[in-house]
Amino acid sequence: MKVHLLYPHQGPDPQRPLPPNHEDLIRDLELEVLLDAMSQGDQFLREVALHHLLWGLEDREVILYRQEILKDCLRLSPVVEEIYHTTLEFMERKSRWWYLSSTRHSNPSLVLSSSLHVLEIALDSLRALRSIGDHHSHAFQSRGFRRFFSMIQEELDDQYLAEVEHHINALKFPKGTLLSAQLGKGNQGSNYQLSKPHSPGENWLKRILTHRSPVYSFTVHPRDDHGLRVLADLRDTGLARVAAAVSRAARHVEGFFKALREEMAFYLGCINLHGELKPWGLPVAFPFPERQEKHCFSARGLYDISLALTVKSKVVGNDIEAHGKDLIIITGPNRGGKTTFLRSVGQAQLMMECGMFVPADSFTANLSSGVFTHFKREEDKGMKGGKLDKELERMSTVVDHLRPHALFLLNESFASTNDREGSEIAGQIIGALTEKGIKVFYVTHLFEFARSFFHRVREKVLFLRAERLPDGRRTFKLKEGKPLETSFGADLYRQIFQGEEELPEHSKKP
Amino acid sequence: MGMTFHSLLFRDIPPGNLAEEAPPCLSDLNLDLVIDAITEPQERHHLKPCFYTPLQDTRDILYRQEVMRDLEDQNLRGAIKTFTDRLTTVKRYLALGEKLDFEYHRKGWFLEGALLYCEILTHLGRRLDDLAPRSQGLRAFGEYLASLRASSRFQSLAREAREVKEGLSRVRYCIVLQDGKFKVKRYEGEEDYSREVEKTFEKFRQREVEEDRLTPSRVPGTSHIEAKILEFVSRLYPQPFAALDEFWSKHAGFLDETVLNFEREVQFYLAYLDFMAPLKARGLPFCYPQVSSGDREEEVRNGFDIALASSRETETIVLNHYSLRGPERVLVVTGPNQGGKTTFARMFGQIHYLASLGLPVPGTRARLSLPDGIFTHFEKEETIHDLRGKLEDDLLRIHQMLSRASSRSIFIVNEIFSSTTFQDALFLSREIMEKILEMDAMGVWVTFIDELSSMSEKVVSMVATVSPQDPAIRTFKIVRAPARGLAHALSLAKKHRLTYEDILERIGQ
Repeated sequence: MKVHLLYPHQGPDPQRPLPPNHEDLIRDLELEVLLDAMSQGDQFLREVALHHLLWGLEDREVILYRQEILKDCLRLSPVVEEIYHTTLEFMERKSRWWYLSSTRHSNPSLVLSSSLHVLEIALDSLRALRSIGDHHSHAFQSRGFRRFFSMIQEELDDQYLAEVEHHINALKFPKGTLLSAQLGKGNQGSNYQLSKPHSPGENWLKRILTHRSPVYSFTVHPRDDHGLRVLADLRDTGLARVAAAVSRAARHVEGFFKALREEMAFYLGCINLHGELKPWGLPVAFPFPERQEKHCFSARGLYDISLALTVKSKVVGNDIEAHGKDLIIITGPNRGGKTTFLRSVGQAQLMMECGMFVPADSFTANLSSGVFTHFKREEDKGMKGGKLDKELERMSTVVDHLRPHALFLLNESFASTNDREGSEIAGQIIGALTEKGIKVFYVTHLFEFARSFFHRVREKVLFLRAERLPDGRRTFKLKEGKPLETSFGADLYRQIFQGEEELPEHSKKP
Repeated sequence: MGMTFHSLLFRDIPPGNLAEEAPPCLSDLNLDLVIDAITEPQERHHLKPCFYTPLQDTRDILYRQEVMRDLEDQNLRGAIKTFTDRLTTVKRYLALGEKLDFEYHRKGWFLEGALLYCEILTHLGRRLDDLAPRSQGLRAFGEYLASLRASSRFQSLAREAREVKEGLSRVRYCIVLQDGKFKVKRYEGEEDYSREVEKTFEKFRQREVEEDRLTPSRVPGTSHIEAKILEFVSRLYPQPFAALDEFWSKHAGFLDETVLNFEREVQFYLAYLDFMAPLKARGLPFCYPQVSSGDREEEVRNGFDIALASSRETETIVLNHYSLRGPERVLVVTGPNQGGKTTFARMFGQIHYLASLGLPVPGTRARLSLPDGIFTHFEKEETIHDLRGKLEDDLLRIHQMLSRASSRSIFIVNEIFSSTTFQDALFLSREIMEKILEMDAMGVWVTFIDELSSMSEKVVSMVATVSPQDPAIRTFKIVRAPARGLAHALSLAKKHRLTYEDILERIGQ
């Protein structure tokens, strides 16, 4: 029995740790806000959402498979919630009995009896699932749900369930356990075998035909704990094989409910998020994922979902066409929406890659081999010596994990040194990254760098600039445009220190 | 000939005090891991002190090299290995036989020990006669063994052990376990029950559920309950147990001391041979170094880092040469990161250390001077938050090294001061290099500071090379050549392996 609601051919992978750059991604892309909306305070939902957001899929077929299922979920959310609650109930009841999730170091008698308990509980939950399927399966259209419901109907027929019940009762050995054995090395008992006692009739016949064995008995002192434990251990030795068989069955059923719970938790998170966006009229779209190798990027109305969820209103979206571009260099005035745009790119990519809808009117992009960020950090500015050193160290950590077709978002990297040095380093790094097929979005003030790329390799590079109206106001929209040498820090200075004596920007810095 | 056999590790009576702790240089050279890997399979023999104690006399080095050459013969090695593995088992059985409470358990394990001991001594003796080793150490041991086997005491031990065991293995019985009690009786043909249950649960079996066979929490044991069971069994079948009693009282204390000592010492060689074997199979050369205590000139052809080679089983390992002639004492290695510089430095240290243990070293030819100590200082990989504290630490350690070293010492310095400013690093490195050269010690210094490579005639500049066709491809060859200059910002990028070439290489991996 397999759930297969996240992947057509495999189960979830809950053991996998978050990617090594998860802290940077959460911080740089402001994922906390998004996760809050998806989890609604439920820690498990949050973990599942985070896991899938950060471990994007590289197979577009699987993404489309999830999109179908998610569309079903958004239409039929009450049924989806009912399935989820069935799994919660099973886990809750089971946790009162089943203390042993691994059998490797526990004794067979205990494994046998707790496995029998789990199977008893599972019978109820399986019957509940079947009844949901009997009532609602016709309404679901996705391949994933259709397969799921028909599997339940086929595998959980009445005969199967009755058989399970029979075996549960047969395995309690009321009359003692008979083992046969031989003398092994060092005269220790060996070849212990759970054996079937002769029936009384057989014994009677033997008594007449052969000389019957003498029987020696021994009663262990009730306070001889060690002795009693040895007896129990001997019994366990005999029960090992049957306990293994029963526990395999119990773990299979348990694994099924665990997988179902985790897989449904992902969709429940999406349902929650959808519910949060709706009241504010924030649009979402199911994106069109392209293969990794086919570098493309096309968005209409792409917005920063965390910003929108925070201000609870519509925010400025961007329309960008960057078909076949490996490098998008973004320049322009501070506070012109550059960082917000960078975030929205990262968010949409992560959401698309786990099968979710994205914050845009429409969105097409190639899949990535991983999303990475290198954002300017406060600590890069603060340190007196070796700030470039630190920054390079962080960069190096990212590079450790980059593979071809990664999406790499850089925000003012190498601003910690002068333009010439920064540009030289950035030039080498970005040049090599794009050559290795990594797609780079780079918000930068490094003029030398931007200019050298503008003159060298134009057909693979798109230049965007934060828009600034002739009167100095910003629209927070990005437009295609070549880099301008002057930055707009002075604007900001004037805006904040309006009316103060005008000073050159540099002399104002501490 | 009539040689007396003392030890397989020393020409004479072995010294009493071997080092229990690894010399500090081993971890930087990654030899700690290598030695762990070498000794781990033979942990009970406590071999590490032998690997932690370099020899100071070239004649001891020769004695070991001879034994090692003998043991390179596959047949001889195989015979000794089989013997030592099984002798360990014998000792385990006898130890059990001493600590158990119930006499038929004790005697049972004693019997197992005797059976195995006789078998393996006979076998080893025959093999040594056939294979005729040439080293002084192994020839003396072979003679000793022949006289032991011929003794009448040994002969009767072997015959009687076999007879007693046969009687016991024919016994079969049944136990019925109930709450707090049990019964024991003879076995009367009862059938296996587990198979029936397994068959009925077969349909629940699913591939994706992990198939751990439930191994019972205990193995058959020797508790008072099992002693009771065994007592009942001995009453059900008295004859075989009477024979065991007699055997035990006749043959107590049958193990020979000299054999035991040989067993432990030979592990030193076997363990290292086991370690070399897979490397040799990959075409990596080892040689017996010519070790001198006076000559300061050195030459190594086709050496490599054995720690790297043994941890990367599928990679091609690049072989490197070096030589120190005339006044030359220190190799300064510069060049691109990931170019094999650290590996080269480790190789230098490893070769000296292994040679001083009397072992074969990586390379096709090696002429070395025997050091009185190897001092290493490697930049730690983890980032330290407090740069000043770290620098202070580094300098303290270097000071300590310098004060303990002599002209016969070896220094291996790897990328120190790389997290300080360039000016600081340059200044400090120069000062320390001066001191090492003044002392006339030898060594390798890996650095990103080109200026060090041309400081003195005692310094040899070596460079990690890149492919002449494509500067992005490292060859891992370290060659004698002047250092190539780099701008400061780029050398920082280089330090973090973030140059254009570095990144192409890193992402290619």
